Amino acid sequence: MDIKDIIQEKNIVYKRTDHLTDKALSFCPGCGHGTVHRLLMEVVEEMNIQSKTIGIAPVGCSVLAYEFMNVDMIQAAHGRAPALATGIKRLNPDKYVFTYQGDGDLAAIGTAETIHASNRGEKITIIFINNGIYGMTGGQMAPTTLIGMKASTCPYGRDAERMGNPLKITELVAQLPGTYFVTRQAVHTPNHVRKAKKAIRFAMENQNNGLCFVEIVSNCPSGWKMTPNQSNTWMAENMFPFYPLGDIKVPEKKVV
Amino acid sequence: MTEEIIIAGFGGQGVLSMGKILAYSGIMQEQEVSWMPSYGPEMRGGTANVTVILSDERISSPILSKFDTAIILNQQSMDKFESAVKAGGLLLYDPHGITKHPTRKDIQIYKIDASEEAAKMGNTKIFNMIVLGAYLKVKPIVKLENVIKGLQKSLPSRHHHLIPENETGIKVGLEMAEKIN
Amino acid sequence: MKEYKLMKGNEAIAEAAIRAGADGYFGYPITPQSEVLEYLMAQKPHERTGMVVLQAESEIAAINMVYGAACTGKKVMTSSSSPGISLKQEGISYMAGSELPCVILNVIRGGPGLGTIQPSQGDYFQAVKGGGHGDYKLFVLAPSSVQEMADFAKLGFELAFKYRNPVLILADGIIGQMMEKVQFFDQQPRITDEEIIKKYPWTTTGKTPNRERNIITSLYLEAIVEEQHNRKLQEKFKRMEEDLMFEKIECDDADYILIAYGSVARICQKSMELARANGIKAGLLRPITLYPFPSKQISGLAGKVKGILTVEMNAGQMVEDVKLAVMGKTPVAFHGRMGGMIPSPEEIVSALKNKLIGG
Repeated sequence: MDIKDIIQEKNIVYKRTDHLTDKALSFCPGCGHGTVHRLLMEVVEEMNIQSKTIGIAPVGCSVLAYEFMNVDMIQAAHGRAPALATGIKRLNPDKYVFTYQGDGDLAAIGTAETIHASNRGEKITIIFINNGIYGMTGGQMAPTTLIGMKASTCPYGRDAERMGNPLKITELVAQLPGTYFVTRQAVHTPNHVRKAKKAIRFAMENQNNGLCFVEIVSNCPSGWKMTPNQSNTWMAENMFPFYPLGDIKVPEKKVV
Repeated sequence: MTEEIIIAGFGGQGVLSMGKILAYSGIMQEQEVSWMPSYGPEMRGGTANVTVILSDERISSPILSKFDTAIILNQQSMDKFESAVKAGGLLLYDPHGITKHPTRKDIQIYKIDASEEAAKMGNTKIFNMIVLGAYLKVKPIVKLENVIKGLQKSLPSRHHHLIPENETGIKVGLEMAEKIN
Repeated sequence: MKEYKLMKGNEAIAEAAIRAGADGYFGYPITPQSEVLEYLMAQKPHERTGMVVLQAESEIAAINMVYGAACTGKKVMTSSSSPGISLKQEGISYMAGSELPCVILNVIRGGPGLGTIQPSQGDYFQAVKGGGHGDYKLFVLAPSSVQEMADFAKLGFELAFKYRNPVLILADGIIGQMMEKVQFFDQQPRITDEEIIKKYPWTTTGKTPNRERNIITSLYLEAIVEEQHNRKLQEKFKRMEEDLMFEKIECDDADYILIAYGSVARICQKSMELARANGIKAGLLRPITLYPFPSKQISGLAGKVKGILTVEMNAGQMVEDVKLAVMGKTPVAFHGRMGGMIPSPEEIVSALKNKLIGG
């Protein structure tokens, strides 16, 4: 059997989903965004819901998510994605609606929209990428920047007294009666990728039961000024202790 | 025919609803109408007033500084609106709580002891209907039957059982206005 | 004959929105327009027509709910008063940039800042010059009666979809709070999802195998592309002149013209009557659309009259557009009140005498 016999349609065990466009991802090498884009689109493909899916891109690194995700998409104003999603889903209850937001978008400027959409129990899925920094604008402090962590607007490290504390917004939304499923995942190892995909799938499948919220703790090699490998190690050692991975709110009798 | 009216008193005296019933009565006889309240924090217990216009023609300004008729139900409103009645116009007031009575000679002044009468009847809520009745006695600009229709329109149906007592109030008022000058 | 109802302007526009087949309303309470949301909630529109009505957590959230819903081709609306409209400007700019239809009601109150809850026209510049960031225009309708509040809800949706642009209904506390008799058009059916896909192929309704994905965005990272987008928008704003509306009252023989919109036009009509009773031949021009603005009509009158008095409840905003239209052909004077004060018909006549005739 030579290689031509092996490379055949019937032997394919894995391929890039056509729910991602052919455009090359514009994210920095090693960034977690691309992986999460892929997982989300794989879930849409596997659920066969492309024709019913409406996505909302934020302001920030993933502002161009609509360039890569092959579903109908809207670009929202900074922080307002959960409000857009509310308007869409309320008037189109048969659609699957997701927002894809970063930490500045979701946990700083859009905190009110995040909390109230969660509290109302909007039937949407929120994918929240937390890398503790503003990537797109050049590495400024985020609401989730750790104490002591350096950013361009806290060049000597975040200091709680002067700059306030990092916000665990995911634990906060888990307290609200409108959320159905709240989890925190990561995508830096194959094992974590598999778990994150399961969580995203569950969050998309169950959005009509209540708001489903998936935080992905991710890295930002450029913003953190590290190589991809260093950033993953640093994330595991510093981010995970403060933002522990795992399910935070799981519906009764359902184990992910 | 155009009748430009200001109704002014305390919030809670039924000033706005009297105006609303009057406006609806105008619609019942196919007139143009407008109802413009003073709105804002003063609604809550302070002074309240409403400008009501009934006309056979398109109404221009819903806000006026001179009126054909002023219906005045407290001293603050008397201070403010006695001078706003057009020469030859009508001022109708309830003397209850009025310390400085109107003095103009170039207008017709009527008084109506509506709050006293309403108290006597044991139903202070129909105070404003007694005043309305008195006004219609002096200026029968709308027919009683149209006022009753107006009441039906302006009250939500859950309050329609109150229409007979309101009608009684209007009829009492129709007998009561007393000319001063 | 259809029945007349006695209603506040705020209630009339809410009833008209339901009847116009609106799919959604998102708002946040603020005086003097809270009756819009209150009326809608009391009407149970979810039972009447299936319309969705939601009290949002803020004006910002409300306009962004409108933004999202408008992307799916639905007829959606929001309302607020001045401070709340300021908060909505970001969303309005995004909607204009993304070419999305919606109806926005501003029942203006006095400002700046928290200001007063009394009526004002202080938001004219904000309304007609764009309002938020970037080069854009809203189609601006200025109702001067409760009947127009009702009619403009329907017209507003038609224009919003015709131009794929937000339509602003610029009212004030007088129009919102006053009651007049009003007659409603019959209930219009709400648009179906199938009709949306057919009539508005640009909407984000879910990518099907038959078409490419739809993207709604106002982001164009390349300057040349952003400029092209802006040129296209500007052409559209110019095209809006097709739907210019204004009213002229007794202008034919007039020596002096009053120009006013909204509630002030009503007051000016009374002033015009008072002036004519005093032997002054006055006329009234009422712009009904503030953008597009009746510049040509004002310019035409300017050559024939001895002077123009613009009257507004602000420090002098529309008067700048009037002067641009008149181009010095005749004297243009201004009379204004601010902070919630309302000009009386008599003081407008005095202003006419003092600033134009007597001078």
